[in-house]
Amino acid sequence: MKLVIGIVRPEKANDVLEALYRAKVRGLSMSRIRGHGGETDSVETYRGTTVKVELADKIRFEVGVSDNFVQPTVDAIAKAAQTGEVGDGKIFVVPVEKVVRIRTGEEDTAAVTPVLER
Amino acid sequence: MHDFISFPGLLAAVTKDGIDSGATAWMLVATAMVLMMTPALGLFYAGLVRAKNALNTFMMSLGAMAVASITWGAVGYSLAFGKGNGFIGDLHFAFLRNVTNGPQAGLHIPELVFVSFQASFCIITAALISGAVVERMRFGAFLAFVPLWACLVYAPMAHWVWSSDGWLANRHVMDFAGGVPVEMASGFSALAAAVVVGARKDFGRQAVLPHNGVYALLGASLLWFGWFGFNAGSAFTTGGQAPLAFINTLLAPAATLSVWMLIDYLRGRKATAIGAATAIVVGAVGITPAAGFVSPMSAILLGALAALPAYTLIVWRPRTRLDETLDVLAAHGLAGFTGILFIGLFAQASWNLTGNGLLFGNPIQLGRQALAAGAAPVYAFAGTFVLLKLMSLVGRIRVHEADEGQGLDVSQHGEEAYTHGEGAILFRPLEPELEDAEERTPSAV
Repeated sequence: MKLVIGIVRPEKANDVLEALYRAKVRGLSMSRIRGHGGETDSVETYRGTTVKVELADKIRFEVGVSDNFVQPTVDAIAKAAQTGEVGDGKIFVVPVEKVVRIRTGEEDTAAVTPVLER
Repeated sequence: MHDFISFPGLLAAVTKDGIDSGATAWMLVATAMVLMMTPALGLFYAGLVRAKNALNTFMMSLGAMAVASITWGAVGYSLAFGKGNGFIGDLHFAFLRNVTNGPQAGLHIPELVFVSFQASFCIITAALISGAVVERMRFGAFLAFVPLWACLVYAPMAHWVWSSDGWLANRHVMDFAGGVPVEMASGFSALAAAVVVGARKDFGRQAVLPHNGVYALLGASLLWFGWFGFNAGSAFTTGGQAPLAFINTLLAPAATLSVWMLIDYLRGRKATAIGAATAIVVGAVGITPAAGFVSPMSAILLGALAALPAYTLIVWRPRTRLDETLDVLAAHGLAGFTGILFIGLFAQASWNLTGNGLLFGNPIQLGRQALAAGAAPVYAFAGTFVLLKLMSLVGRIRVHEADEGQGLDVSQHGEEAYTHGEGAILFRPLEPELEDAEERTPSAV
């Protein structure tokens, strides 16, 4: 089991969701974050105050997957989020020690395997 | 029949120089009310777009206020109200040269007040078109578009119906407060602008939702308030048709709002707030050309009727490839069209002292109104289409795709509507040891 963390541009978030859906990846969370990955800073001026904005809005996806879903998940995020410009984001794959599905108490792979709703 | 509408007393307060102080006071207030409608429109539009484009959207309205005002003073007023021919005015009043503080024929307010009042109409009409192209048109291109559009499309169309030698005025077309030059001009120009500028990259691909419904409601409500100046001010006096236009501006949008909420409820069991904001505008637009010409009960009927085509188009349009983003065509073009035609049926001389419509024994008026309702959309669409096509040959009129993704607030204005402050570093921090501002030397950045 791995936790795939994808940090992408906000305007690509919908494309990523769609790509994950098409890759049959179910069960994820996303959050709005601010981050910096080497892209050019934008300069903003509010009356006399000029600031360099070093942190850009990003969307962070977190997807817990069983091992054979790791590569499809990474591919889906990478393909959907790419523009080719600096600032497209990063994908981190980290090992997961334990997963528990709260509803049933199932653990690990069973916990990240989606169940079909009635 | 309605003998309580009468003109006696109208001339009572007119001084030797032909100025009516009461009428002048009202027109000064009405002008300021209409001038407030453009920022109100900016607020309405800003609420309907995504957060990353809120400032740019508002700025398009303020930008129109900047350049359309100056255009109006320079040549716009003259092209609309100068003598000229049936199509467009001459340059007799260019740079307001021959404008005086005295009244024009038939009016009892200083011509300068008339110029200001008419300026406010030109400004908001130009600003309305921004609704079709928000979230992707370059700010500079829009600022260049507004003066050209004001001279080539707005001024001629105002001349047609409001100048004594306009070709529609000479055919006795009734347009009280701008069904032709304001509502149909903006609506069908918006359609052309949406076609030439093209759809947003996200249009039809992802859900694009209004980022602040309260702004939309507040903007629409302020528009309604300003519209009392817009319509009742179009009487150019406090008597005459002003009281009729005033109450019609209350009743018609109220009817549209009621019908709109009812349709919303019948379709989805919920009366929506964004729908209500839209309905206020649709109703006020519908009554604009008819405000001083139809009875209050006819105004209620017009308000109810105007809801139907506008609602239909607003539901249908997003299912097409046409990204006329904020539905200026439905709210202004179609509702203005409805209002202009409605006059031809329901105008009532006993209320307006001007003329009857078909239902009151004057069928030819419907033909005259139909002529205006046919000519205005064609000219507005064609004029705007050609103008923007020519502009797109000279330079870029829409932003690069990456800038569209980032949002136009940052790419066009270098600001965000909703700043976080996190990660923002002062560009040129004050050096603490230099307390006295005079000791600081300008440092290269």
